[in-house]
Amino acid sequence: MPGLDDLYREIILDHYRSPRNRGELPTPPARLAVGHNPLCGDEVTVYVDVEDGTVTDVKVSGQGCSISQSSASMMTQAVKGRSIDEVQSMIARFKSMLSINEPPPPRSSVSNGDRDGDAAASATSPGGVSGDGSELGDLEALRGVVKFPVRIKCATLAWNTLVEAIDAPIPT
Amino acid sequence: MTAAATTSHLIDVRAEFPLLARRFDDKPLVYLDSANTSQKPESVLVAMDEFARTTYAPINRSAYRLAAEATDVYEGARASVARFVNARDANEIVFTKNATESLNLVARAWGEANLREGDVVVLTHMEHHANIVPWHQLAAARGIELRWVPLTDDGELDLSGLDALLAGAKVFSFTALSNVLGTITPVRHLVDAAHAAGALAVVDACQHVPHGPTDVQAWDADFVAFSSHKMCGPSGIGALWGRAELLDATPPFLGGGNMISDVRLDGFTPAPVPAKFEAGTPPIIEAAGFGAAVDFLEGIGMDNVRRHEMTLTDYALTTLDERFGDRIRIHGPRNIEHRAGVLSFEFDDLHPHDVSQILDADNVCVRAGHHCAKPLMRLLGVTATARASLYLYNDTADVDALGDALERAGDYFAL
Repeated sequence: MPGLDDLYREIILDHYRSPRNRGELPTPPARLAVGHNPLCGDEVTVYVDVEDGTVTDVKVSGQGCSISQSSASMMTQAVKGRSIDEVQSMIARFKSMLSINEPPPPRSSVSNGDRDGDAAASATSPGGVSGDGSELGDLEALRGVVKFPVRIKCATLAWNTLVEAIDAPIPT
Repeated sequence: MTAAATTSHLIDVRAEFPLLARRFDDKPLVYLDSANTSQKPESVLVAMDEFARTTYAPINRSAYRLAAEATDVYEGARASVARFVNARDANEIVFTKNATESLNLVARAWGEANLREGDVVVLTHMEHHANIVPWHQLAAARGIELRWVPLTDDGELDLSGLDALLAGAKVFSFTALSNVLGTITPVRHLVDAAHAAGALAVVDACQHVPHGPTDVQAWDADFVAFSSHKMCGPSGIGALWGRAELLDATPPFLGGGNMISDVRLDGFTPAPVPAKFEAGTPPIIEAAGFGAAVDFLEGIGMDNVRRHEMTLTDYALTTLDERFGDRIRIHGPRNIEHRAGVLSFEFDDLHPHDVSQILDADNVCVRAGHHCAKPLMRLLGVTATARASLYLYNDTADVDALGDALERAGDYFAL
């Protein structure tokens, strides 16, 4: 069985204890979306300001467990100042990191899906960066969540909500 | 009453539950999620296995001896369940998939036939979604009005305005035992109030039947719903007890085989109760298991089960308070006469998901979530709670293990 320390990495606990970019943004100009985790009742609201195709500010409010709160906190740091294209790419990468499209392999956990091409790099550098330069940085700490499938929805909650917020109309 | 003085009331049946011998990381399992679903004793497993190996056949349909034997087992289970809740007649027990389906049967079959726009259905703030959503569905389809009995601060029903809420109501549907707070409601009093207002009394007894003596005649209720899987039986089968004349007057729920007397090109005639409500091939092997579960519980005695759980609940409330003080907030009544061994709690400021994750590292199984009671969660001002729930196979060591694991959780997340 994977140990608790695979899940609760120090950086995750740090973001949980001291979440970054907590709060709200005025709407308009910000857009917002509300995400729910029907499993546990958690709810997050993601506010995002987009100017000229760039995320200029992002804040998160709501309640959740250490995994959902730290993931949201790290997400805000990661996407702030990025172009929408970069953000979309990062969302895809993050969700890919946490996807379990196939049954777990019998031996130690390996990557799946579009990370197969990076298997060698990942093997030598578990927190490594893949080819196109949009690294996940601290977010790699959430990789261990995949070993606890029930918690994957916790880790992706803020991200799915961010997708909706970016696509949402600007409130009037 | 000190914990030490009462432990003589504990029963010891753990060894009869094979699953409880399971180990993770070479440590014993501490199963504290029986309000969710219960584990099964050897006798239930054997009954289902032997039935499947020697007696399984279609019921109610065929003349051969094997089918007659299978039918006897199925109907024998119905008789056992009827006896267990003191029904007047075995045919007052309708086998369903679970308590959820039983409540849907009442809301849909009885409700659609008897409720009109503007009719009032009264529920309580501590209901499980299974006793809320079917009525919401009926409200959307029929325009009925839902009213809600509020709660007191210590998690009991606030009955001060009950008569006003029930005025003009057609149905009062309520839980006998809250799956979140552990609160045991005054069923007979609530049934009487419903009847005085001219309303039908529907009891969600899914958490009650497994944990103490249940007498549907003493309750004087109209419908009572419960599930096998919470009372040492298999999942996939539950029951609806209904007053015979009400079941007779209620149109069928699902249509299909087994539930008809005649089918013509221009219509059908339903079968008598209970077949009328048992469309299609029922859970036959599960019925054999349900009957065996009832036999198992009767062998122990439901008074003994209740006394065991009161003792253990008292021990849990006392020791968790002693160990953690203000760090733990256990919802529901403090008076163990008014509550069962369902312990929903907040611990430190930890999220229930994190609590249950850390507890799992010590093999302590608790539920984290909204417990299918989101209106109650909102009332408590939380999105979720952790819930440890006790049953006849738990003992003080399980409670101690919960306490030890909570200490570890507190240490883990300490700032």
